[in-house]
Amino acid sequence: MSEFDASRRRVLKTGAIAGAGVALPTIFTASSAAAFTNEPTGGTVTLGFNVPQTGPYADEGADELRAYELAVEHLNGGGDGGMMNTFSSKALQGNGILGKKVEYVTGDTQTKSDAARASAKSMIEKDGAVMITGGSSSGVAIAVQGLCQEAGVIFMAGLTHSNDTTGKDKKANGFRHFFNGYMSGAALAPVLKNLYGSDRTAYHLTADYTWGWTQEESIAAATEALGWNTVNKVRTPLAATDFSSYIAPVLNSGADVLVLNHYGGNMVNSLTNAVQFGLRDKVVNGKNFEIVVPLYSRLMAKGAGANVKGIHGSTNWHWTLQDEGSKAFVKSFGTKYGFPPSQAAHTTYCQTLLYADAVERAGTFNPCGVVEALEGFEFDGLGNGKTLYRAEDHQCFKDVLVVRGKENPTSEFDLLEVVEVTPRAQVEYAPDHPMFAGGNLGACNPGA
Amino acid sequence: MDAILLQILNGLDKGSAYALIALGLTLIFGTLGVVNFAHGALFMIGAFCAVTLQRILNLSFETVDETQTDFLGNPLKVKTPYVEAWFGPEVGGSIIDWAVPLAILFAIPIMIGVGYVMERGLIKHFYKRPHADQILVTFGLAIVLQEVIKYFYGANPIQTPAPDALNGVMNLGALIGMDIIYPVWRVVYFFFAVLIIGGIFSFLQFTTFGMVVRAGMADRETVGLLGINIDRRFTIMFGIAAAVAGLAGVMYTPINSPNYHMGMDFLVLSFVVVVVGGMGSLPGAVLAGFLLGVLESFASMNEIKSLIPGIDQIIIYVVAIIILLTRPRGLMGRKGVMED
Repeated sequence: MSEFDASRRRVLKTGAIAGAGVALPTIFTASSAAAFTNEPTGGTVTLGFNVPQTGPYADEGADELRAYELAVEHLNGGGDGGMMNTFSSKALQGNGILGKKVEYVTGDTQTKSDAARASAKSMIEKDGAVMITGGSSSGVAIAVQGLCQEAGVIFMAGLTHSNDTTGKDKKANGFRHFFNGYMSGAALAPVLKNLYGSDRTAYHLTADYTWGWTQEESIAAATEALGWNTVNKVRTPLAATDFSSYIAPVLNSGADVLVLNHYGGNMVNSLTNAVQFGLRDKVVNGKNFEIVVPLYSRLMAKGAGANVKGIHGSTNWHWTLQDEGSKAFVKSFGTKYGFPPSQAAHTTYCQTLLYADAVERAGTFNPCGVVEALEGFEFDGLGNGKTLYRAEDHQCFKDVLVVRGKENPTSEFDLLEVVEVTPRAQVEYAPDHPMFAGGNLGACNPGA
Repeated sequence: MDAILLQILNGLDKGSAYALIALGLTLIFGTLGVVNFAHGALFMIGAFCAVTLQRILNLSFETVDETQTDFLGNPLKVKTPYVEAWFGPEVGGSIIDWAVPLAILFAIPIMIGVGYVMERGLIKHFYKRPHADQILVTFGLAIVLQEVIKYFYGANPIQTPAPDALNGVMNLGALIGMDIIYPVWRVVYFFFAVLIIGGIFSFLQFTTFGMVVRAGMADRETVGLLGINIDRRFTIMFGIAAAVAGLAGVMYTPINSPNYHMGMDFLVLSFVVVVVGGMGSLPGAVLAGFLLGVLESFASMNEIKSLIPGIDQIIIYVVAIIILLTRPRGLMGRKGVMED
């Protein structure tokens, strides 16, 4: 029988050595040697994909995740390379980022700001993610963007359409490829004027949160500038499911256009209810009554079924585009998954490539180097024509699509048709535009 | 005036769904004494019975059309539903078109079965446990059920339209010289709800089974002492309550595209309806359902919202507070009922 000599001195000595051993990697990676947060030291680099995996936007989140996985595959030299082949910048070589193999971790935003911040924080602190990207809500994007700024990592926003993301809540470490409410208004208004004339009376139903408010403001301003009158702007609870009691007052309001500033389940239900009440068959002021859905999503349009037919809106990208970048992405994504990508998938795939490309060009993962590489970066070949990442607010400026619900779809994916590709110049605005005022980009934060 | 009548109709329509769910909740609470937070999930499962039947009727075989291409440029695979191949495009198309009404027949046995399994398999083990335990277990069950539905059907809403013949609008005010345009399916939903509510009340009032159940609700112990197997009858009532919630869900699908979360959307409101109506009171649940539906609709009117901003978001809870302050047992709750 052996004896264990557990003297106090021996226990302390062993504990000190073990403690030092455990702490050693943390000491090296956390502060003393690192120039910035989560500086990759081995042969891999970790990206954090923060998408809604549960909750009402889980299907969009799943499509974002598919796009991220495809982007990682392409960055590491797998697959057919997708839009890396059409991207105007040729910095990416298919050997990871700066020679480091790309790995990723995922988080679930649940489309809740607190949950999204918690999952982003965990990916940064526990998994060592050097960049966070994703999301399907402006509330979430703004919350996570703020967190990334404080933590000293880059945030490449996913699907966020509120003006505030790159307006009053903009941050130096945050970048948005997706378009915004102002751009929707600027793209839609001329098309609506051509279709419905300049003597129209609009009634807005608006989801009562940041995205809804800024879109309502943008669309109303754009249509009023063309001569339309706005008769009412009604805020609807985000949790509303049956919009019949909000639709009913429209019937006697004198309005001949209903603008639905709704997204997701809200959009599906409000549009369905509006069509049910026969609004599309009504004649008001001697004109056919029209419905407009400023922000369209193919995944959501599917839920509204035949009700979307003939209804106009705007979108960031659509899989039927025939430029080389879009065709390459659709082929790559469609071959891997069996169906065409959504606009959420497109914007998140682009954001991953843009981040990786910026790191390559900067020659460092340091957020401040990445910010410098992305600011004022002009590129092409990613499906939206010539695009600029504006330095003043980190907003991408590119062509915007005006789409219409297709009358005779040929497949379950063929729900929208592109009516007009609005040129970038038409949707540009000054960095100090009143709708985007009040924010401060600040300085980049490398953390550490 | 037209606007007020329209909001009354909207309220009655919303109230129909509230009343049907609250009726089921009250039946379960009144018979088994269980606070069933999974009742909204039963409404959701009913809706997905309609979605499932629609998918079954749309089961298709594929033929390759060399003249067309898919999104990847491959020859297009054209889908033809078996129903159309068997019965011809016209009859087959009509069968698919009437998927939602047909789903009523499909849903009844499924919902009774789901209710039976839920009661025998889980809830019966919690009869003697505190209400807090019952709430926790049934709420957990509701989350499990909605996640199962999401796994199979996805998170996005699924379009489940009414038959073309019932899909338009009708002028309900034509007889009184007014112009009250209202969706046909919503009128159908209201009368369907009235029919179901009337059927349940008649069943309880005019059948021996119903009489025993009512006696059991008033004094379970005494009925048991008379040699009647009241537990078996209560289990059947659970199945019937599940079927009522399920049918409410089936018929609701053309009004709003069903999604996995729809049960939760209705659950809290329906509990408020039950409490306002009076715990254990079936007429109270129905009355409160319609009353709160109408008040919710009026609160959404611009004239009301301009006086009290945000009232549409809180009206039901404000009314609940006022009623419970002035009538602590709810509108039709009686002294001594459900108070032990």
